[in-house]
Amino acid sequence: MTTATADRTARTAGAAAVRKARAPLSRFLLRWAVFVCGVAVWQVAASGAENAFFPPPSKIIVSLRDLWFSGPAAHLWLSDKAFADLLPSLGRMLLGLAIAAVIGIIGGLALGRSQRVHEYLDPLMQFFRAIPPPTLIAVFIVIFKIGTEMEVATIVFGTVWPILVNTTDGARAVDPLHLDTARVFRFSRTRVLFRVIIPDSLPKVFAGLRLSLSLSLILMVFSELVGSDNGIGYQMTNAQGAFDMTTLWAVIVMLGILGYVLNALLLIVERTMLGWHRWANRLGE
Amino acid sequence: MSASTEPARPRRSRSGRVVRGFAGLAAFLLAFEVLGRAGLVSRDYLPPASTILLRAARQLGEVHFLTSVAATIEAWAVGLLIATVVGVPLGLLLGSVPGVNVAAGAVVEFLRPIPSVALIPLAGLLLGSGLQMKATMIVYAALWPVLFNTIYGLADTDPVAKDTLRSFGFGRLAILWRVDLPSAAPFIATGVRLASAVALILAISVEMLNGMGTGLGMYISEARTGTGSAVTVLACTFWAGVIGLALNALFVAIDRRVFAWHRARTGATT
Repeated sequence: MTTATADRTARTAGAAAVRKARAPLSRFLLRWAVFVCGVAVWQVAASGAENAFFPPPSKIIVSLRDLWFSGPAAHLWLSDKAFADLLPSLGRMLLGLAIAAVIGIIGGLALGRSQRVHEYLDPLMQFFRAIPPPTLIAVFIVIFKIGTEMEVATIVFGTVWPILVNTTDGARAVDPLHLDTARVFRFSRTRVLFRVIIPDSLPKVFAGLRLSLSLSLILMVFSELVGSDNGIGYQMTNAQGAFDMTTLWAVIVMLGILGYVLNALLLIVERTMLGWHRWANRLGE
Repeated sequence: MSASTEPARPRRSRSGRVVRGFAGLAAFLLAFEVLGRAGLVSRDYLPPASTILLRAARQLGEVHFLTSVAATIEAWAVGLLIATVVGVPLGLLLGSVPGVNVAAGAVVEFLRPIPSVALIPLAGLLLGSGLQMKATMIVYAALWPVLFNTIYGLADTDPVAKDTLRSFGFGRLAILWRVDLPSAAPFIATGVRLASAVALILAISVEMLNGMGTGLGMYISEARTGTGSAVTVLACTFWAGVIGLALNALFVAIDRRVFAWHRARTGATT
């Protein structure tokens, strides 16, 4: 019975998604049209002005290809340099974010379900959250010296707060009716956690993750700019030292692409995991 | 209102909360102190809490430290002011004119994923390391929260109120001024508060990366390489946290005072 219901739910949700997707299609095309026009204007203006600081997009794209996308098709056109530059950076970023997510979600669930623990730790958390993450880089450089540990530690400390705070909010706001229902059915404590509390908190968890994702990209770049011997930020420091504007722009564009793609991936995960949530809410109305 | 019906319980639980909060802080400081003194970790790396707080207190009498903090706050204020002055009208425009909204949405969608710090090396070469460069970077990063919250706020406007004014013959601008803006104002205030945190982060980031000029970030960079660096850097981190908290508290207080009517209307508790 459950599979049949789930199947029907999925199909209905799928149909709704298709219907929803069709309307924004023209919007999507329009957005890309505006984007292409913008790039064209930049191209014309930059070629005309010939300012060294603002190379035309055509040059930036060539530089981008030469830097990272000149590899064989078997490697998705990624060059060896792309593996050497992008992989360490992305690895550190995702590792830091993963550690922050584990700490933030577990801690947030605990803080959200225990008013007392929350009261003990709230001022401390508020203070740590208020510390601008860049100042912590200096602390971690002193403790770990320059290298991967320092960068991961910076990313973890900077990105854990949005996840923690949002998960706490989500876990506090679990619908009492759901908890009462679980009690009536004599759910065990673990079952309540996994079937009621976590699903109810998930939308907020994802809200936190989305904030932390863009923050982790920023902190990854920043920690590499301050000190590293490989990665995207290191590439940037080199280009800055050599006054190589085209490469500098290429790195900026690459980071924009990375930010866009990572955010899109997280949105897909969120939609898959929370599809039921929107559906259930609609049923409730 | 509820104070008259059950005055004792809320007050007791509130003071209990304060006590528990202080207990948590004290426990943390004690653990930090013990860890620092136990010698498990070298004292050069992780000094005890009392040493750090003492250093932080001493910094208040240091002219170089105070001028550095003042330079950071100055960049924060200038950047945040410009971001607000530009962001709110831009948000009003984007949020109320549908055609512009879609077109600008494209630009926003492609600009927003670029991490702000990635622009620092370029801006450094272009603009040097002075207030102008710091403010430019702060405006770029702090503009987004202001812009998005203004647009969200506009979307939240009560359509009945707008229709009412329209049926009384008010023009588009008059409705924007009398209905949309007041109704979006609490959202805008939230946006400015978020932007304030972003602005502080950017100010310190830029100063740390520039390696020139003045500011708290520059002070930290210098302290990092000096002797007894851990103590000074941690003391600066303490002050950075205090500044962050103080700025946030300032905006929360303004928000509470100015938008009490909004909380009363929506029944929000925070």
